[in-house]
Amino acid sequence: MEFERLVFSFFNADVAARYWLDIVDGFWVTTYLGLAVIGTGLSIGLALAVARSFHFQPASFLIVIFADAFRALPPLVVIIVLFFAFPYIGLSMNAFTATWLALSMVLAAFAEEIFWAGILSIPKGQTEAARSTGMSRLQALVNVILPQAVRITIPPLTNRMIAITKGTALGSVVAVHEIIYHASSGASEAGNPTPLTLGALAYLILFVPVVILSRWIETRFAWKR
Amino acid sequence: MPGKPILQVIGLHKSFGSLEVLKGIDLSVTKGELVFIIGPSGSGKSTLLRCCNRLEEPTRGSVIVDGSDITRHDVDVNRIRQKIGMVFQSFNLYPHMNALGNVTLALRKVQGMPRPDADAKGMAALTRVGLADKAKAWPNELSGGQQQRVAIARALALEPLIVMFDEPTSALDPELVGSVLNVMRELRESGMTMVVVSHEMAFARAAADRVVFMDGGAILEQGPPEKLFSNPEHARVGEFVAQISHHH
Repeated sequence: MEFERLVFSFFNADVAARYWLDIVDGFWVTTYLGLAVIGTGLSIGLALAVARSFHFQPASFLIVIFADAFRALPPLVVIIVLFFAFPYIGLSMNAFTATWLALSMVLAAFAEEIFWAGILSIPKGQTEAARSTGMSRLQALVNVILPQAVRITIPPLTNRMIAITKGTALGSVVAVHEIIYHASSGASEAGNPTPLTLGALAYLILFVPVVILSRWIETRFAWKR
Repeated sequence: MPGKPILQVIGLHKSFGSLEVLKGIDLSVTKGELVFIIGPSGSGKSTLLRCCNRLEEPTRGSVIVDGSDITRHDVDVNRIRQKIGMVFQSFNLYPHMNALGNVTLALRKVQGMPRPDADAKGMAALTRVGLADKAKAWPNELSGGQQQRVAIARALALEPLIVMFDEPTSALDPELVGSVLNVMRELRESGMTMVVVSHEMAFARAAADRVVFMDGGAILEQGPPEKLFSNPEHARVGEFVAQISHHH
């Protein structure tokens, strides 16, 4: 019966018992790496969007080039360049740092575009009202524009954050010991794909709360116009 | 007794690209005066107001507020703007803050006033526009007229020397116009200096000290409302007044 072979292959209790602790280790590495990427990526993205809103042409030009390049490049390529090519120009980094940096740049590029779209979507009258009360450009941005813009950007940003955290799986290529690394090496060692099932479970445990949290944030910060 | 000028506009030009919107405006507004600016759309009324607090940068000429030329590039425009209140056609309240938050934001963030002091001052401003009971209301919970009065309170909280009104009632349903005009009338009686771009002719007739008629980026004629409305020197003014009054 095919069903028994399915259970034996993907839901094998003996194999699961042998490898679940490795998956837990990978879970923490993925969580840690994901949080680090989100922290840096969103900060850089927001800083770039704010810088772009000052309409200083040379700066805006460089920001657009950065955003377009890192949105176009496959994250895997960026990781491999950082890890394997940068040592030749005297910039060696470990696998974790290379993955963190590469994914942070990619997230920053997407986040910049999302924040920028959010800033643009706020009517010009909001800035004018703020500036007419004596606020500087930065004060108007921080107190009036960004609080409104950020709310609009929460749904697309959440999707990006989830996508980029799943992208940490690419770190397995340079041997970052995250979920997929443990799952696939466990699977080949055991000759049985059950560790991959455990890995999938780990991703569900990681992301379902994130999705629920983002829904909560959306309603929490929603305000009626 | 003629008061001292609060606002002096001298030889003001403004171009957007090759389009010259203001072609040499001279205007002086004295303390406590209510000056009404009327004219066909595209005549540069709003641009004139917006040049007076540098929401638009004048191309040429000077704007002198309380003795200092705000068009000079070494002037602190953020400090000057607190002294020039601005009320917009579309209110432009901050939707993420309640009425009191809207009124106190600049007090707290620009003037660095502690929240209790700012709240007290904000409540005083809201009381002045008759909306003390709406302090905790969100902009979307207020009628257009109430929103515009909150916007007026937001300008008043900074204790401006002069308040500019850019078509303050144009976006309002007719039945809500009166409440805003009443607030403006009370402001005028309290001695506030005001420049108003509006088509509310009845209000201009009743409350304005002077009416300025703009056409094609220049001031064509100015004078007391009874003179301008009943016996203007230029036929163009009479036609415009007749047209507007007919439609209202």
